[in-house]
Amino acid sequence: MKLLIIEDEKELAGLLAESLAREQFVVESAGDFDTAMEKLGVYNYDCILLDIGLPDGNGLDILRQLKEEGKSENVIIISARDSLDDKLAGLDLGADDYLTKPFHIAELNARVKAVLRRKETDGKHLLEFGNLTLDLKERQAFVKDNNLQLNRKEFDILNYFLLNKTRLVTKTALAEHVWGDNIDQADNFDFIYYQMKNLRKKLRDNDAGIEIESVYGVGYRSIEK
Amino acid sequence: MKLLNQSIKHISISILAVVGIWGAVFYYNMIEEIKENVDDGLENYKRQIIYKANRDTALLSRVDFDEAFYSIHPIDKQPALTFTDQYKDTVVHIRGIDEVYARTDPARMLTTAFEDGGKYYELKIINPMIEKNDLIHRLLINMIWLYAFLVIAIIIINNIVLQRLWKPFYQLLQKIKTYRLGSNENFPEVKTRTREFNDLQKAVNTLLSHSTQVYDQQKQFIGNASHELQTPLAIMVNKLELLLEKGNLNDEDAEKIAETMNMAERLIRVNKSLLLLTKIENKQFLDEQPVSVNRVVEQRLPDLKDIADFRKITISFVQEAELTKEMDPALAEILVSNLLRNAFFHNTPKAGAVNITISEKKLHIINTGKDMPLDADKIFDRFYKSGSGNEHTGLGLTIIKAICDLYGISITYQYKDRCHHFTLIF
Repeated sequence: MKLLIIEDEKELAGLLAESLAREQFVVESAGDFDTAMEKLGVYNYDCILLDIGLPDGNGLDILRQLKEEGKSENVIIISARDSLDDKLAGLDLGADDYLTKPFHIAELNARVKAVLRRKETDGKHLLEFGNLTLDLKERQAFVKDNNLQLNRKEFDILNYFLLNKTRLVTKTALAEHVWGDNIDQADNFDFIYYQMKNLRKKLRDNDAGIEIESVYGVGYRSIEK
Repeated sequence: MKLLNQSIKHISISILAVVGIWGAVFYYNMIEEIKENVDDGLENYKRQIIYKANRDTALLSRVDFDEAFYSIHPIDKQPALTFTDQYKDTVVHIRGIDEVYARTDPARMLTTAFEDGGKYYELKIINPMIEKNDLIHRLLINMIWLYAFLVIAIIIINNIVLQRLWKPFYQLLQKIKTYRLGSNENFPEVKTRTREFNDLQKAVNTLLSHSTQVYDQQKQFIGNASHELQTPLAIMVNKLELLLEKGNLNDEDAEKIAETMNMAERLIRVNKSLLLLTKIENKQFLDEQPVSVNRVVEQRLPDLKDIADFRKITISFVQEAELTKEMDPALAEILVSNLLRNAFFHNTPKAGAVNITISEKKLHIINTGKDMPLDADKIFDRFYKSGSGNEHTGLGLTIIKAICDLYGISITYQYKDRCHHFTLIF
């Protein structure tokens, strides 16, 4: 899988590249409009992260170009502007998703994988990790053939961990993803601990091949036993 | 005190003084005039009597006032020659035929001397004069009437004049009263030809335009600052995330990094809230459509169910009526979500309650919480925090207020029966 990051902020581009490389993607970066256009002219990418606020041009123009070539559906817009107009314009031009800075790495992973999955042939809506299988369509989780009987939130949590296999998922990222965007409220994520306790118990009771371990108190990580 | 009443008060007092002084002057002038008239009459009498006495000496034997309005007494030559005419005020006792007692009336008396046939006589002539008390009495009554009439006239004229002349002033005042920085596009303006009002209007507008400029700059600054902070903050948190993920840290270091990350995330939340506030205040949410508040609450409530379960908070949600409001759906969601989160997160640690009631025009949220009222004047201020808790940005309620202000929703806070009440009237 080959990804292109079009982002003028070098630090951020480097970080994203580093993180995505951990997911075994081949990652390239373009720091300005011209480099981006050049690279897009030569190679095909499975997913493109596009910052629309470039110093020498508008990212939306790149998107327009991609749309003409029929390649805009695998673009994720990343923008510091949480503007509805930009969002609508971007999605109108065929972008798959819109991510507002700052975002969590776990969230980016989840979005990128969603784009890649949509590209793949239909019918595949299964996520697998160890002996665990998630049926995204039926929203069911199985250990071998054994249904885990997860509630809605537990399924969302597990799904998120499977999109971020072995990666750190911070409590904040998890809360935002599963319980919605919380713009003001509480570092108090005790209730997440409570949810995680239940989920871990279900995994353990069903002899799942994975477990979710705590990482320095800031978050969790799914690992294969 | 209203300008109208003030001016009437002042004018009435001044007029009272003016009418008083005028009355006194008028009275003395009047008395003088009357005396002059009476004296002229006495002078005429004198001539007539002396003339008659010349021809009819029988007159000279009349001595007393009993028979006529004059008396004649013979006097010596010496005093008679040096005699000068004297006018003086005196009284006469007059008794009418049908009267028992004599009346005392003011009179004017002329004392003079004349010579007739080598003999000298003193002549006193009396002429009744107007009663001063009567005059004063009359004058006073008239003055009171005049005063009353003047005051009434002035009140009426003042009313008309003030209402007409000051109309632009009151219009301007009304417009200034309803003017809100940042929410009104046009400055207060009225059409008038009065220079003072035009000057006032100009001064007010200069002041307002300066304030608006400062306000806009401040708003823009907050927006820009928050915006510029987004990317560095993103990089910071992401770097820390990657660092923690690598895992080869000792616990102590990891803990410090985790703390730093929490701080950075708090910054991000503050920043996001400020950006959202700026956007609300800049009216960047324009997608207005009828939004069912009932549906929004129904949708947001499950998100908080886990927290409620965890903290043993009982929820009651009563829908007495359907409440719809023309507003941006995203803002409606933020409004309801923030209100609910506020009720849940600021609840008691154990066995609390959140009661939500929707009636025709009202969204009422009651929650248990700290056993003391919050400062109702300050809770909607930016960065207001009750107590020492610092997990919150202190912007949640400010955002709620900003959204309410944008759509003209009134929001009030009350502490009643040991519960915190938030009432929104749509």
